[in-house]
Amino acid sequence: MKPLVEVENLKKYFEHKGGLFRETEYLKAVDDVSFEIKKGETFGLVGESGCGKSTCGKTILKLHQPTAGSIRYDGVDISGFTRKQMLPYRRKMTIIYQDPFGSLDPRMTVGDIISEPMEVHKLYGREERENKVMEITEYVGLTAEQVSRYPHEFSGGQRQRIGIARSLALDPEFIVADEPVSALDVSIQAQIINLLYDLQKELDLTYLFIAHDLAVVKHICERIAVMYLGKVVEIADKKELFRNPMHPYTKALMSSVPIPNPHRRTEQIILTGDVPSPVNPPPGCHFHNRCPSAMERCSVEEPELVEVEKDHFVSCHLY
Amino acid sequence: MPTETKKTKRRTRTEETIRQFRKNRSGMAGLILLLIVVFMCLAAPLFAPHDPSAGNLPQRLKPGIWSDDTPDDGVYLLGTDSQGRDLFSRILYGGRITLGVGFVALSIALAIGLVLGLSAGYFGGFIDNVIMRFVDIMFAFPALLLALVIAGTLGRGIDKAMIAIGITYSPQMVRVVRSGVLMIKEMEFIEAQHAIGSGHIRILLRHVMPNSLAPIIVYGTLMLATAILDAAALGFLGVGAQVPSPEWGLTLSASRQYLLTGAWWAATFPGIAILISVISLNLLGDGLRDALDPRLKGGAKL
Repeated sequence: MKPLVEVENLKKYFEHKGGLFRETEYLKAVDDVSFEIKKGETFGLVGESGCGKSTCGKTILKLHQPTAGSIRYDGVDISGFTRKQMLPYRRKMTIIYQDPFGSLDPRMTVGDIISEPMEVHKLYGREERENKVMEITEYVGLTAEQVSRYPHEFSGGQRQRIGIARSLALDPEFIVADEPVSALDVSIQAQIINLLYDLQKELDLTYLFIAHDLAVVKHICERIAVMYLGKVVEIADKKELFRNPMHPYTKALMSSVPIPNPHRRTEQIILTGDVPSPVNPPPGCHFHNRCPSAMERCSVEEPELVEVEKDHFVSCHLY
Repeated sequence: MPTETKKTKRRTRTEETIRQFRKNRSGMAGLILLLIVVFMCLAAPLFAPHDPSAGNLPQRLKPGIWSDDTPDDGVYLLGTDSQGRDLFSRILYGGRITLGVGFVALSIALAIGLVLGLSAGYFGGFIDNVIMRFVDIMFAFPALLLALVIAGTLGRGIDKAMIAIGITYSPQMVRVVRSGVLMIKEMEFIEAQHAIGSGHIRILLRHVMPNSLAPIIVYGTLMLATAILDAAALGFLGVGAQVPSPEWGLTLSASRQYLLTGAWWAATFPGIAILISVISLNLLGDGLRDALDPRLKGGAKL
């Protein structure tokens, strides 16, 4: 299948000004990341908090200006596009936020929130917009009566539905789901995941699904990229990744997933130490100081992301 | 039935704020007091027993109803001033000017504050630096002195006093607006607007401004109180309202020489009028701040 989104050597550094006489430091949130997302698939991006996965997703949507690298959407490099040039792409690519409380304007009704994207892009007449709002709210499982209410009257799960409804208003093709369920109760998580799944089937959506919960990712994603400290360390098919994790970090992640069977205990790999600061990442492989199988070479030479098996990419000197 | 359930369940932020405010006694007292003062001044012809500018020299500096030595040609509630004019009528008419100056000055400060504060806070960087450094320079001058200088440069007159006070107060307003904007613009729903493709103007006017309004309302109310005070001060110092205007500060200044000669009322009552207005506005402002601050709200409902 043809890739819809191609990310190549994407970098996003945040300037960290140290004051008048101190040197400007750079926080390397996303450091040389490359991957492809195929049309119609759900591509998972996992990693612990602070590894740059959200920044990566938002940079693809140009909510952050990339420091370097290219983002190709449907073959067009949008990385250097201005606000104006981005406008047509704003209709095609959108985002669902993690925090259902902060991502909705508290002073607007649900109806206004959902119809605003259509207003901005001057789509449809007033009446058609109203109809569309009703259609979408029903679609995501809200009632018509709730349209005139304010976000603070809703629970987290319902708010997330409002957020999803807003992102569907422009009939997008590609949605960055930025940890859409990690702020929700487990019982609600399943509902939202299923909603996203159904939407994808019906509307032919492509997802970049950002998460730190492997169980959630396992359920919805087809291919998965694992990020550590601004870098992608492994990309593979879901089945392949869960069956045969290669990178030591992925292995540690996998072993942390609890298995609901008390008789089948697996060896847990517990990582020692903290995640190093992305301002001063360790030289060589970023993971070497926490890696159980680190070699001398790891602290000097940075590993490249190579295809070890078919469609299974790993960035580690072991392979 | 459905309309009824809607009514009981739906409560907007504004309704919630009003509900909170009504529970606040001192805030309500301030509001009622202010409404009384404003109403009496606006409807001055209804309440004033005499023409505020009609002098009657033989009846000058006569005490009010608390004394027996009152003029015979009618009731002089608060006595007469040095020209024999009815003090009560003059205070009612003077309120129109003094309160008016306060409102106009506040509007000027608000207009400047919103435009500069919104752009400084939202766009940041160079624009922010230029605006805020300019504001810092304005801050280096004591407020009343700056107002005096501007009013002096523009010339005498009540209209110039309004402009002077408005300009003097705008730096404070710029800071208040900017700080609110800085907080709101980092919120995720603003980023969501960028993701939709909304323009800057839309984001500023429909999302940033309405959400940063609470501190502006509170600060504006309190600022109105000081603006009235400064309007009176400028009148008192002679650069604001000019004789024979019944403006409170001017009346106070013109009558103060009679304080020691026994006619204490001529200077005291305009002062009390200023005091009542300022206190009512302060109470109102404090009440609004409490009502708009979610942390002070009763219950865990957010």
